[in-house]
Amino acid sequence: MASQEILRGEPSRGSFINDPRVRSLFFQVLVVLLLVGSLYWIVNNVIDNLRRLHIASGFQFLGSRAGFDISDTPIAYTSDSTYGRALVVGLLNTIIVAVAGVITATIIGFVVGIGRLSQNWLIRKICTVYVEIFRNIPPLLVIFFWYSGVLAVLPPPRESIHLPFGSFLNQRGFYFPRTVWGEGNWLILVALVLAIAMAWFVAYRARQRQMVSGQRFPVFWTSVALIVGLPLLAFLLSGMPLTFDFPKQSTFNLTGGFQIKPEFLSLYMALSCYTAAFIAEIVRAGIKGVSKGQSEAAGALGLRSGPILRLVVIPQAMRIVIPPLTSQYLNLTKNSSLAIAIGYPDLTATAGTVLNQTGQAVEGVFIMMIAYLVLSLVTSFVMNIVNARMALVER
Amino acid sequence: MQEHDMSWVRTEMALAQPAPAGERGLYAWVRKNLIATPSDTILTILGIVIVAWILPQAINWAFINAQWTGPDRSVCATVAQGGIQPDGWTGACWAFVNAKFGQFMFGTYPIEERWRPILVAILFVAVLVPMLIPRVPRKGLNAILLFLVLPVVAFFLLVGGVFGLQHVETARWGGLLVTLSLSFVGIAVSLPLGTVLAMGRRSKMPIVKMLCVIFIETVRGIPLITVLFFVSVMLPLFLPAGVSFDKFLRALIGVSLFAAAYMAEVVRGGLQAIPKGQYEGADSLGLGYWQKMGLIVLPQALKLVIPGIVNTFIGMFKDTSLVLIISMFDLLGVVKQNFADANWATPQTAKSGLVFAAFVFWLFCFGMSRYSMFTERRLDTSYRK
Repeated sequence: MASQEILRGEPSRGSFINDPRVRSLFFQVLVVLLLVGSLYWIVNNVIDNLRRLHIASGFQFLGSRAGFDISDTPIAYTSDSTYGRALVVGLLNTIIVAVAGVITATIIGFVVGIGRLSQNWLIRKICTVYVEIFRNIPPLLVIFFWYSGVLAVLPPPRESIHLPFGSFLNQRGFYFPRTVWGEGNWLILVALVLAIAMAWFVAYRARQRQMVSGQRFPVFWTSVALIVGLPLLAFLLSGMPLTFDFPKQSTFNLTGGFQIKPEFLSLYMALSCYTAAFIAEIVRAGIKGVSKGQSEAAGALGLRSGPILRLVVIPQAMRIVIPPLTSQYLNLTKNSSLAIAIGYPDLTATAGTVLNQTGQAVEGVFIMMIAYLVLSLVTSFVMNIVNARMALVER
Repeated sequence: MQEHDMSWVRTEMALAQPAPAGERGLYAWVRKNLIATPSDTILTILGIVIVAWILPQAINWAFINAQWTGPDRSVCATVAQGGIQPDGWTGACWAFVNAKFGQFMFGTYPIEERWRPILVAILFVAVLVPMLIPRVPRKGLNAILLFLVLPVVAFFLLVGGVFGLQHVETARWGGLLVTLSLSFVGIAVSLPLGTVLAMGRRSKMPIVKMLCVIFIETVRGIPLITVLFFVSVMLPLFLPAGVSFDKFLRALIGVSLFAAAYMAEVVRGGLQAIPKGQYEGADSLGLGYWQKMGLIVLPQALKLVIPGIVNTFIGMFKDTSLVLIISMFDLLGVVKQNFADANWATPQTAKSGLVFAAFVFWLFCFGMSRYSMFTERRLDTSYRK
C-alpha cells in the first residue's frame, strides 16, 4: 500500500535548516573556525610581541643561573643554582605547607564539626562561632592577621618567650631543639619499618579471625605497642645514639636548634584555621546525613555510644564526607599560593620571581599551571582510592 | 463471652499538667545541656575556661582599652614606644581606622569627587533592596535597572570624562569601592557565563562539550593567583602591539572567568538533578533548545542550586582580596598599604586595621549567606518532610 510505504520511509523533515544534525554540525564547525581563528591571531601576536621585546621562547632558561636567594630551602640551593632548581624548591615548599595544612585542618575540622553536634550547649556555640567567623573572611586576611597581627608583634630575639623543651618563640619564628642522630640510627629506622609491617599483618590476621570465629583482638593497642616499642628497643640496644642541639640565646639572635620561620608559621596556621571551618561543616553535614535509625538500631543491638559512633555512624558518614573533603584539600593546596603575599617562597612566588627576572611569561605561567594541575590530579587520585575503599559495596 | 460490667469512658479531657519540676526551669536546662554526663561536665569546664580566657581579653582590647580618636600614632603607643599610653597597654587603635576611613572606602579617589561613588552606592542600595524583598512588585523592571541601567550609570559616574565630570583613572580607585565593583561585575558576568558553560558541558555536540570541559577543569585546577598572573602578564602579549588593557579590566576578566568555571559546576549539578521527564515534556510540547532551557529547565535547576550559587558569590567576594598581588588596592590592600604609614606605625595598628577589614568582609559574607538561607526556605516548593 502506498500509505504504508510513506510511513516506512524517511519521515519528511521539511527544510534541512531544521534538521538537528545539520544544525549541530554547523555550530560545531563555526566554533572550531572561531577557535582556530582566534588562536592563530593570539599566537601571531605573542610571537610578534616576544620578538619586539627580544625574548627567546623555549625552556632553555631553566638551566641558567638563578641569582636570587630563597629563604626556606628543603633541598640544597644557593643563588648559583639554576632556575629549574629554584622552581623545584618552590614546588617542594608548596607541597610541605599543603601536606602540613591538610593534616592540621582535618584534625581541627573533625573536632569542631563533631563539636557542633555535641549535646553540650556551650561547646556547640563555641564551635559555631569558630565556623561562622572563619568561613566569612578571606583567607588572605587570615594570613595577614597571623603574620602582621600576631607573629610580627612578638618580642625580639633578645626577649624571646621561653617554652617547654628548650624551645623559643620570637619575631623571627619558632625555635626548637634539633635532633642529632649518631651511629646506629639505621637500626631504629629498620625497627620502625618492621613494626609498621607487623602491625599491618596483625590487623590483617585479626580481621580474618573475626570474620571466621567472631572473636575480636585488641588490634589498636597491639599496633601501638609494636610501633612505639620496637623502635624504642632498637634505640636502647644501639646505645641511645641521639643528642639534641638546643637553640642558645646570644646577644642578638638565637643560634642552633631548628627554626620555623614566621612566614611558614603564619601561612600554615591561617590555611589550617580557614580550611578547618569548611571541613567542620562537611563533617557536620556528613554525620547528620546518616539516618537516625542507624544509631538507634545499633543501640538496640546493645552497642554503647562509643562503638555506635565508631562502627556504625562514622563509616557511613565518611561516604558523604570524602568527596567534598577532597575538594577542600584541593582548595587548601591552591590557597597555599597566597604565600606570595607574605614572602614564603612557594611555587607561585618563585615562579613569579623567575618570570620577572627572565621575562619568560608564557613558559612561567605554563609551568605554574601544569604544576598545580598535577598536584590537583595526584590529590584527587589518592582521595579517589580512599573513596573507593569507603564506598558502599552493593551486592 | 466475657462481660465488662464496669465500663468507663472519659468524656472530658484531663487538664494538662505542667512538666515535672526536674524538667523545667534553669536547672533542668543546665543539667540537660551542660552537665548531662561526667564527660559533658569536663567539656563544659573546658569551654568555660576557653571563653573566660578569650572573651575578657577581646572585649578589653576592642572596647575598654581601645583608642577611638587621635591625631597620630602617639595615642596608640606606649611611653616606651614614643606615645602617651602606660607601659604594658594593649588595645585596639580605632583612631587609625578612623583617620584612614576615607581611604579604606575609596582608595585615592579624589576627595572632592567622592560624592560620585557615594551616589553610586546610594543608587545601588536603592535598586538592590526592592530586588531582595520578595513582596515588592515589578521584579523584571527592577532586574533591568540593576543589571543593565545601573552598571552603565555607575560606569559613567565613577570613570567620568563625560557630562563635565572629571576623569578618574581606575588606578586611583581603591578600598571597598574596588572590592564591591569587582564582585558586582564578577557576579553579573559569572552567573550567565557559568550557566552557558554548564549547558555546553551537557551538550550533545562533542566539540562544544570538550571545549567547555577543558576550560572548566583547567580553571578549577589552578589557583586564582595563577589566573590573575595569566591575565596580567599574558593578556598584553596576546594583543597586538600598542593595544593595552586597563589593569582594573584585566582583574575583572580574571575574577569573572575564574568564578564562571566554579559557577558552571554548581549549575551543572542543578541541571543533572532535573528529571529527564522535564526535558522530554518540553520536547514533546515542541519547544526549541533555548525555549526548553529558558522556560522549563533552568528556572527549576537554578532554584535547586541557590545555596551553591551564593556560596560561589561569597567565595568570589572573598577572592577579590587577591588582586592586591597584582598590585591593585582593594579593601584589604589599602589596609595593608597603610601599615607602612610611619605616622601610624604602632604594634597595634596592623591588628586593628585587619580586624576592621575582617569585620567588613564578614558583614557582607554573613549577610549573603543568611539571605540565601531565607530564599532557599521561601522557594522550597517540594514536598520533602
